[in-house]
Amino acid sequence: MSDEKRTQPHSEEAAAGVSRRQFLGMAAGAAGISVAPGVFLYGVAGAKPADQPVTDAVRWGLLVDTNQCQEDCDACVTACEEENGWSFEEGSTTDPQWIRKLNVKDPGTGFTVSMPMMCQHCEHPPCVDVCPTGASFRRVDGIVLVDKHICIGCRYCMMACPYKARSLVHRDLHDQKYPRGKGTVESCTMCVRKVDRGDGTTACAEACDRDGHKAILFGDLKDPDSEISQRLRRYGGTQIRADLRLNTGVRYQGI
Amino acid sequence: MAAVVVVIPVGWAIAGDLVPEIPPAKGEHCVEPTDVMRRHHMDFILHQRDETMHRGIRTEKFELEECLGCHVRKGPDGEYPRYPSPKHFCNSCHSYAAVHIDCFSCHNDVPPEEESEDSDSSDGGSAE
Repeated sequence: MSDEKRTQPHSEEAAAGVSRRQFLGMAAGAAGISVAPGVFLYGVAGAKPADQPVTDAVRWGLLVDTNQCQEDCDACVTACEEENGWSFEEGSTTDPQWIRKLNVKDPGTGFTVSMPMMCQHCEHPPCVDVCPTGASFRRVDGIVLVDKHICIGCRYCMMACPYKARSLVHRDLHDQKYPRGKGTVESCTMCVRKVDRGDGTTACAEACDRDGHKAILFGDLKDPDSEISQRLRRYGGTQIRADLRLNTGVRYQGI
Repeated sequence: MAAVVVVIPVGWAIAGDLVPEIPPAKGEHCVEPTDVMRRHHMDFILHQRDETMHRGIRTEKFELEECLGCHVRKGPDGEYPRYPSPKHFCNSCHSYAAVHIDCFSCHNDVPPEEESEDSDSSDGGSAE
């Protein structure tokens, strides 16, 4: 039997299906997709595997198109409240606020614009600089978080943040939808749980889409082919307080 | 004489409080052997929380919701025991040992509600 195989002409082998060259090519292709351990392809895999650490191969960001943002709409705020289990009562001085709507007007021209304001997930976050314990930190994939295990509630980060994005939890909490505790500081997490799970979006962006405004877009700033990168490349984007050179992960258009 | 006779039944009465009453968990065994867990569960928890927060590693083995999913079960009244109650798994031992934990000042002390809890019950429909 082995003699027969050895004398088999090449043309028959090719006709049988996969030639040796083709097989080697496919094998090399398969090896190329399964890259080094610890590195994974977002495009192919979807969600990050649970046992893999996040990498700086991606940088998550948001793009807000203020031309689409409606002044009287707060769907993003409501969605965030529901997703993460906080609520802000108008006029409160102690309720937390992870995201809020800003309606601003240029007094010279009368131009008004509306936009959501949340943690800007800066590349050089002032909150991380000032945190005495290291609780405020920037994950390598760009999301700025508070590690409540370490946070002592000193509120230095709240003072340092140019965007007033952070809040202290003043009350005992029960039945938390997301880990939040009295005496610790919290802010927009860019829906880190949803992102790690592979949902590919945040609650605010989802709600804005659902309501038809499509003003908030979530995506990978490091991927040149992602929709967010393409839109930024074509139409530009502004950082709020760009003079501080924080290189925010949240960009705005139309302001 | 009379004092000695009185002490014995009182001694029997308090003997039952000398060991904690730990509620049984779901399933056959924990993710680690019992003696390992008794000695090291805090090490696993403390290590896992750093891995999850800072590196985004969310393996289920030491995920808090997974622990709660087995160890915190609904009582005969159909309600979960909450952390302040001695019927809560963590509290049953921690209050006995007088070691204060503050996990549940931030984390929910009961497992997340399953969406398909009423349907798809393989346990013959018992209240879980």
